[in-house]
Amino acid sequence: MMKKNYVSAVVEKMAPSGIRAFFDLVLGMKDVISLGVGEPDFVTPWNIRETGIFALEEGYTSYTSNKGLYKLRLYLNRFLHQRYGLDYSAEDEMLVTVGVSEGLDLAVRAIVNPGEQILIPQPSYVSYGPVVELAGGEPVYLPADEQGGFKITPGQIDKACTPKTKGILLNYPVNPTGATYTKKELEAIQRVCKKHDLVVICDEVYGDLTYDGEHVPYPSLPGARAHTIYLNGFSKAFAMTGWRLGYACGPKPIIAAMTKIHQYTILCAPIVSQMAACEALQAGKRGVEEMKREYRRRRDFMTESLNAIGLGCAKPQGAFYMFPCIAQSGLRSLEFASRLLKEHKVAVVPGVAFGLHYDNYVRMSYATNYEQLKIAVNHMALFMKKCRSFS
Amino acid sequence: MDEILELLEKDARISAGEIAKLVKDDERSVKRKIKKYETDGVIVGYKTVINKELVRSVDHELRALIEVNVMPQKNLGFDHIAERIYRFPEVTSCYLVSGTYDLLLVVEGKDMQTISNFIAEKLSPMENVRGTVTHFLLKKYKEDGVMLKHREENKRIAISY
Repeated sequence: MMKKNYVSAVVEKMAPSGIRAFFDLVLGMKDVISLGVGEPDFVTPWNIRETGIFALEEGYTSYTSNKGLYKLRLYLNRFLHQRYGLDYSAEDEMLVTVGVSEGLDLAVRAIVNPGEQILIPQPSYVSYGPVVELAGGEPVYLPADEQGGFKITPGQIDKACTPKTKGILLNYPVNPTGATYTKKELEAIQRVCKKHDLVVICDEVYGDLTYDGEHVPYPSLPGARAHTIYLNGFSKAFAMTGWRLGYACGPKPIIAAMTKIHQYTILCAPIVSQMAACEALQAGKRGVEEMKREYRRRRDFMTESLNAIGLGCAKPQGAFYMFPCIAQSGLRSLEFASRLLKEHKVAVVPGVAFGLHYDNYVRMSYATNYEQLKIAVNHMALFMKKCRSFS
Repeated sequence: MDEILELLEKDARISAGEIAKLVKDDERSVKRKIKKYETDGVIVGYKTVINKELVRSVDHELRALIEVNVMPQKNLGFDHIAERIYRFPEVTSCYLVSGTYDLLLVVEGKDMQTISNFIAEKLSPMENVRGTVTHFLLKKYKEDGVMLKHREENKRIAISY
């Protein structure tokens, strides 16, 4: 007799992977030095937390409009204009979402018809492919290699486009590599995307953490705005990951389509988070420059240290990640991460989590204090020595 | 503020070599800059922040803030009388402030008796001191930018994308 399978075929097919088991192992272990964390090591600034507390005290516990508090959208309009010269109307070109994760899901579902393809540069954040699959689309991966600085080229996009290609999911600075694109590179990408009439979904949540140059928002490129969905959020720039708050900006018809899905599935983002976000935007970014300097110093330290112990990597330009090559260890990424954890209590994320081509890499986050980074580097030096003497 | 100062303010024990690595300078130049900060009086000293709540010390068990009203002197203003007061080793800090009194002192002693004696026998009888108000410190929450709590637990989960 056949056993009934209650889980849908699409979900069934989605990779749960050995990574999940590895994560559980990390979470079950005490006193781990973690370079595996994808969020800032700062708590939300006090003025923002205090506004959240005050909102609760005042009894702001209701729904908001589907699109998000009007006040928040007005502040966003002003913020995006002042910070990046972007101009999105608070009325109908903006939607407040539950993190960038929701914005991404909405954007994909709003544009994809069954069977249509979305290009995804890799290595990429883990949810991009699954989100496209859940929407009935087909993810088409564009692997970027280390020689090219983990950046995709306009030629790769051009070659991958078919009549079924609907859009591309861009992210920069990139999680997991810390790579980012210059204005010139983006303009070249924009020309190809325009040629194939692609919708560009651009996840720029790490935009404010760009170290050696200015971040160039995709919709600021000439001619890009009309076919771009710009995604950003409060998690990384304001250290507000747990508040789950992001926003999507784009042309009116696309935002209207995304709002339709959002109103049926989510209704609205939590009001307390929205109130707190108003304070974040209004008070501006006190201390952000200092935070950036601190990250930059850690990045320089990590780049030098990792290269010195045989974990080769280029200097990342943004976010707070390194993506070193582990080839010298002779191990594959999951084995490398598991052994490093068991033998030295240092946690990193295996490269395969970000794309099947990246089994020779691991992701290390430097959103961890300098003392811990130093200890971690010492442990990894010992580990590498051990690996080399056995191979 | 210069990055070298920023790093030293956070950790006075960081070595010149390490600073050099972090700020992309060579060690000798960093040493030279630190030396200059020291001679210019920008860096006044290096010390350890101790949570004295957790340490039983004999001489400095108790602290008090003392507001002092004084009579300024002709030609000398407050400086002379302030100096006479802050020379006492019991006085660990002394500020001239605006408001309802003139000098604010931080005084340390081994118990209430010692501090009371200092006030009664040394401070109050001084010619230009018109009056004092004493506040004994009961509990310290934050000092010099450092929150004096026990180690905070790590609230982030150890691994995430």
